[in-house]
Amino acid sequence: MNDRFPIDLKINGQSYSVDVSACDTLLDFLRDQLGLTGTKECCVVGECGVCTVIVNGRTVNSCLMLAAEADGCDVLTVEGLATEGRLSPLQQSFLDHGAAQCGFCISGQLMSAHNLLTRKPHPTVEDVQEALAGNLCRCAGYEQMAEAVLDVAKGAKE
Amino acid sequence: MNAPVTTPTGKSRPIGASAVRSGGVDRVTGGQQYVCDVRVTDPLQVKLVTIHSARARILSIDTSAAAKVPGVRLVLTAADLPQPVPRFGPHVEDRPVLAVGQVNYHGEPVAAVAAETRRAAEEAAGLVRVEYEELPPVFTVDAALAPEAPLVLDPSLRPAGDPRAQTNIFSEHHFGWGDPESVEEEADLVVENSYEYPIVTHFAIETHACIAAPDNDGVVVWSTVQHSFQLQKMLAKVLKLPLSKVRIIAPDAGGGFGGKQWANIQPLVALMALRLGRPVRLVLTLEESFQAVRRTSAKVRIRTGLRKDGTLVFEDIESNFLIGAYVDISDRVVSKGSYLAGGPYRVPAVRIVARAVLSNTPPATAMRGFGVPETAWAREMNLDEGALALGIDRLDIRLRNLVRYGEQFVPNDTPADGRWEQVVKRAAELIGWGSPVPPGRGRGLALGLKSGPTTGLSYSTVRLLADGSAVVFSGTSDMGQGARTVFSQIAAEELGVPVEQVAVVMGDTAVVPYDQQTSASRSTVIMGTAVLNACRDIQAQVRTAAARVYGLEESEVSVDGGVVCLPDRELPLVEVAKAGLGKMGGEYVGNGIGRRDPVAGHPLSGTAVFFEFNCTAIEVEVDRRTGELILHRHVSVGDTGKSLNPMQVKAQDDGAAIMGLGHAMMEHYIFDDAGRVRNLGAIDYRIPTSKDLPLELISESVENGDGPGPYGAKGVSEGSILCVAPALGAAVRDAIGIAIRDLPLSPERVWRAMNASRS
Ligand code: FES
Ligand code: FES
Repeated sequence: MNDRFPIDLKINGQSYSVDVSACDTLLDFLRDQLGLTGTKECCVVGECGVCTVIVNGRTVNSCLMLAAEADGCDVLTVEGLATEGRLSPLQQSFLDHGAAQCGFCISGQLMSAHNLLTRKPHPTVEDVQEALAGNLCRCAGYEQMAEAVLDVAKGAKE
Repeated sequence: MNAPVTTPTGKSRPIGASAVRSGGVDRVTGGQQYVCDVRVTDPLQVKLVTIHSARARILSIDTSAAAKVPGVRLVLTAADLPQPVPRFGPHVEDRPVLAVGQVNYHGEPVAAVAAETRRAAEEAAGLVRVEYEELPPVFTVDAALAPEAPLVLDPSLRPAGDPRAQTNIFSEHHFGWGDPESVEEEADLVVENSYEYPIVTHFAIETHACIAAPDNDGVVVWSTVQHSFQLQKMLAKVLKLPLSKVRIIAPDAGGGFGGKQWANIQPLVALMALRLGRPVRLVLTLEESFQAVRRTSAKVRIRTGLRKDGTLVFEDIESNFLIGAYVDISDRVVSKGSYLAGGPYRVPAVRIVARAVLSNTPPATAMRGFGVPETAWAREMNLDEGALALGIDRLDIRLRNLVRYGEQFVPNDTPADGRWEQVVKRAAELIGWGSPVPPGRGRGLALGLKSGPTTGLSYSTVRLLADGSAVVFSGTSDMGQGARTVFSQIAAEELGVPVEQVAVVMGDTAVVPYDQQTSASRSTVIMGTAVLNACRDIQAQVRTAAARVYGLEESEVSVDGGVVCLPDRELPLVEVAKAGLGKMGGEYVGNGIGRRDPVAGHPLSGTAVFFEFNCTAIEVEVDRRTGELILHRHVSVGDTGKSLNPMQVKAQDDGAAIMGLGHAMMEHYIFDDAGRVRNLGAIDYRIPTSKDLPLELISESVENGDGPGPYGAKGVSEGSILCVAPALGAAVRDAIGIAIRDLPLSPERVWRAMNASRS
């Protein structure tokens, strides 16, 4: 139960060599051990998407992945989107479109949208809705989020 | 889309422009601290102990194994609490801190564990052995009203002498005017039907959370609460502390929708912290949040009397709302949701009987729309039925009966405060009412009306600082609706400070002045007025300073927004303010109040401060093989008086519309035979995702500046949810020719209805 494993991983570009508990999820590790609380927790069974982070270029529900499994991985969380204190174009666009209302789901939405734009810089609205389908928003700013993502795509290079 | 920066003369105005959200940057960087993100020193983690039963007598609780788990510091049961166990509730104090002798709904906590780690608390909670005897539960209106039904609420917890103490009816409200019986013969058609609105839940993505810590000789509580001052009052009573020793910190919540208004877990957490002398922390799971709060469901029987030409003669409405095992605020939901059940119509005779029916289900509380969606579903569907029977257009019948501006349609209450026919006509235009409906599709349109707050009291303090920036202090909570932004816009407008230079401090009872509550779409109007008055207080001080600095009589100086007008010139208010402060610096402190007093004898204790009026129109296609609904267009038009921040208004309207579609198409609690909720959890319950949106979603506002709030504003955020269900139900009927009177309109229900009519 209390076994701890040493792992090496990269989070938001920074390397970590740490011991993690065998039963901690990546979400527990990020929030409780590292204090990276931008990644949120709600259902803890992979159904709501608020805990979404990007691991080796793929979106992952961090509540479903053990911290120990992240050994050797490259992890991106919401805290890693802004660079040198400047919002990323996606973050700025969410802000400009009023896509963040209560904000609780927004970290997860941003990670899903960020990953979509990395894979597909010029998505259709259906692509966006598909990419965000696993991220619930009870404030339901889905339209505002889609507009925000498409706006960023418009500015992206071909 | 950025806010206009105020020009030196303050002419370009923040009001009516879409300032970006105050607090928005933290919401997109992960920097915002919700309660679950707050770090306190050395906290204990709490886990609740529940049993898998909706109603049971507790025979014994054995905590010995749990107490032995390493790291466990306390296993608390009702027996360990002060006796009699403290009870609380906004209406009656019926809800115990922990179950006393009996569990009355599935999920009611019987014990709680505090441990050094979350895992130890969870493990120990699983080891608490509760022996209990199952008792028969009631979890439907019919079962609760049956003559032999077991009593849900201990009669001794009712108000003294309550004649209904030996029934499951907590209360029965009678509203109306005229006499439906005596005018019935004037009706050419009477339509009578029953409609059901199921149990749905708030499902704020942030679950309920609470941290409490001893604080000198008092307590500090971080809570995901909308009404921090009501929580303070309630905790002070339970803990027997003066208000000054109970500090509530309420960081912006991750969604509220009414579910975070009143106390549930906070008394337990605070008692545990004081007993242990350490901070304790409880974050509910999503499943536990589902069992903590939900909307009232309702069974509504309605008779609508109409003349041949579609004129309403009477409405006779009987609604039985199913509330939970404890009353919470649901009695008010029942009365307020029913009071306007007749709708925005001119009706000679209306009779409304509304009952709050107790049941062994999770406590029903406030939720966006506050009882109105339940009654609007019945009224609007039934009106359509009348129109169809009489061969009258469904839009025309509404316009014919709709009250006009200034008309008093409920005796002794606020007259219609908007030009609602503009709203209805605009919605009809946007849905293409009257144009041919494509094959396989149908259109529906419905009206919703909700009374805003009926009383209110909000204080605000505004400080204009030496450099010309400003801080607003307000006890409103911003759970996503954007109150912070609106208050910063009001201060910017009145003081001529750029909106980016206004900070808004909220959510700490030790810092901000009193606010009654954040509910009923009141904050823009009532707290907004307080903020406005606080700014006007500063304007008056600056005017006095201007007279002194420029050697004038005060009567020669006036202030308009952020501009000071002297006989020979206009100056930015902040410049004059700085000159007035002189070398010593300092600041101006303004105080303001927004207040609406109760009206003695009024059934809701006060008249409507404003109304939220909405018209929703939907075009739907029904898949005849699967019963699935494809929404081609959803139109929602409201009457905002004045949209202080149009971008936020639209986002709230879109969000309410989509939540309404969730209620209308997919959401409901499913109970097993023993009254336990079977579909706790995101997938099993199911709310709209980005793939469940109408193909076109249009939200618009009519603005005539006729509201009582700052700049003519009325409240928003609930309007767009009020009549989604009947608009959809009407559209489905238009498409398939069958009226479905129960919700949700799931593919299965629609398919069954089509199938039944085929065979
Ligand atoms: S918390 Fe991970 S998906 Fe819900
Ligand atoms: S912004 Fe509130 S849940 Fe998405």
